[in-house]
Amino acid sequence: MTESVSKPTLIELNNVDFAWHAQANLTIKSANLCVEEHDHVFIRGASGSGKSTLLNIIGGIITPQQGGVEIVGHDFCQLKELQRDRVRADHIGFIFQQFNLIPYLSILENVTLPCRFSKLRRENAIQRSGSVTAEALYLLNRLYAKGQFSFQRKTGELSVGQQQRVAAARALIGQPQLIIADEPTSSLDYDAREAFMGLLFDELKLSGSTLLYVSHDPTHQHLFDRVVDMSVINPHHEAVL
Amino acid sequence: MNLRLLAQKSLKSRRSTAILTIVSIAVSVLLLLGVEKIRVNAQSSFANTISGTDLIVGARSGSIQLLLYSVFRIGNATNNISWSSYQDIAQQKGVKWTIPISLGDSHRGFRVMGTSRDYFSVYQYGEKRNLEFASGIQFEGVFDAVIGSEVAASLNYAIGDQVIIAHGTGSASFAQHKDKPFVISGILQHTGTPVDRTVHVSLAGIEAMHVNWQGAVKKRKASKALTKSNLQPESITAFLVGLDSKIVSFKMQRYINNYAAEPLLAIFPGIALHELWSLMSVAENALLIISLFVVVAALTGMLAVSLAGLNERRREVAILRSVGASHWHIMGLLVTETVLLTLTGILLGLILLYSSIWIAQPIIEQNYGLFIPVTAPNIRELSMVCMLLITSFMVGLVPAYCAYKNSLADGMSIRS
Repeated sequence: MTESVSKPTLIELNNVDFAWHAQANLTIKSANLCVEEHDHVFIRGASGSGKSTLLNIIGGIITPQQGGVEIVGHDFCQLKELQRDRVRADHIGFIFQQFNLIPYLSILENVTLPCRFSKLRRENAIQRSGSVTAEALYLLNRLYAKGQFSFQRKTGELSVGQQQRVAAARALIGQPQLIIADEPTSSLDYDAREAFMGLLFDELKLSGSTLLYVSHDPTHQHLFDRVVDMSVINPHHEAVL
Repeated sequence: MNLRLLAQKSLKSRRSTAILTIVSIAVSVLLLLGVEKIRVNAQSSFANTISGTDLIVGARSGSIQLLLYSVFRIGNATNNISWSSYQDIAQQKGVKWTIPISLGDSHRGFRVMGTSRDYFSVYQYGEKRNLEFASGIQFEGVFDAVIGSEVAASLNYAIGDQVIIAHGTGSASFAQHKDKPFVISGILQHTGTPVDRTVHVSLAGIEAMHVNWQGAVKKRKASKALTKSNLQPESITAFLVGLDSKIVSFKMQRYINNYAAEPLLAIFPGIALHELWSLMSVAENALLIISLFVVVAALTGMLAVSLAGLNERRREVAILRSVGASHWHIMGLLVTETVLLTLTGILLGLILLYSSIWIAQPIIEQNYGLFIPVTAPNIRELSMVCMLLITSFMVGLVPAYCAYKNSLADGMSIRS
């Protein structure tokens, strides 16, 4: 970790404890994680190992009962909920396993959605492409085979692979510093999975965003700078069935 | 963040339930404001039925009954007033004018009223407005008739047309005064009062058509010829009194109510109108309460639809949270949806209200004598609409709070 001196830290979790209910067992216990800027980190963990909880803490949706959380330079334990929402909107792009898209919005509207909530990402998009729509089209055209779809269409008829590409474009729009992908390929077949990972890494190369990739499937872990097992981050957790 | 746009698209995606909700709110608004409009206009048209008259005098009965038959041409008098009593009171000191009224016959559903010529110059309605002629003149001869605007319009009558008057007040009377047809000499301007639905003839005319009749049956042989002497009425139904000064009105009322020769009743039209209206206020309140319940039902329906859809929307909420939406955004989205539905419902309701007023206006006026003008909503109606909007906002807080609770439990990912 010698080069960490030159790179700023993007995610820092310090002895984090979290339980969903006051009386419940701790889902996260003494968790530690440090992710530096531009890192591509693979977090490996089975379901039930506290992955979703961890991502909710990093996203500022929930705050731990104990420990320190610092995300993109903000101490989440000190911030109010609305301020954490703002940090999430400005700096983090999420891709989930499936059902990432709002069904009543078009493909284009889904991609530009983060720019509705974040002025920073809106300005970044405008700076890069002239307008939010232009940036969205640029990303969609890179992630999609060109001219394959009308992006005004609703998302209902898209295949899961296509939906995940739209979700990736949405996570990337406005160049957030941190991309968090939670099992983004687990609903895809082999070809779609390979294509998706290729496109995602190409885009990350261009944007320079940090990637936190969570999966139980180690297939793609060779693509990452660092692989961390959930059992290392959250050592005291007892899997609850 | 433009929540309205998001709410609009969300509602559009659930078009069928959204439209049904909007329609139910529109119908409740139509009912609520429709009842209010009818109430306000009925009350003002009611209060405007007669003015300038200080006393109405009839045979002793109830004040409302007297008002109903003398002014509204509803129901019948229990008894008549003798001509001599009428003449006596008309000549009392302080009496400025009197108009005799003789009722009991009809023409194709419209009441026939025998009166004097003074009626056209003295009778007032609304804000002290006199009767005016749309065409023709007041009755000159015994068999002349002056008809109200509605009679003219619905029976398509013009000056010079013949009118056969039926004995009694049913619209399908078998006993008709066919032997003595009347000729229309004048048509009155529209007043919005029962005058529009009245056929006016002279008292002499009333007497003339009943010559050779006994009760409701025509005599076989026309024994008597029409002479001036037998055209002098023996009795009238009621009469209106105008006084020199309001100060003497109580004194005059007491005088008439204590009239020795026969039992009479004198009423102040304003007070009787008020009494009559307060009788109807029970029905009026009942209507208002019913329409309020319809509004409550519409809002409850909207709430039910919104709550039922909430579970399917947990994922949507989780996605919005992940792209940076705060809990306030989520709650704002749901409240905005509710308010948008209500607002659209109100607008549709107003469109329905005004178009139905516009369409039904002539029908209501013809059938009920009630003219409902197409006017902008008054303060009371606007405040009803505002109350509805505020209530819908509060109703919207319920699903908003539920969505908030869901989202607290779900975070960014739904664990199904």
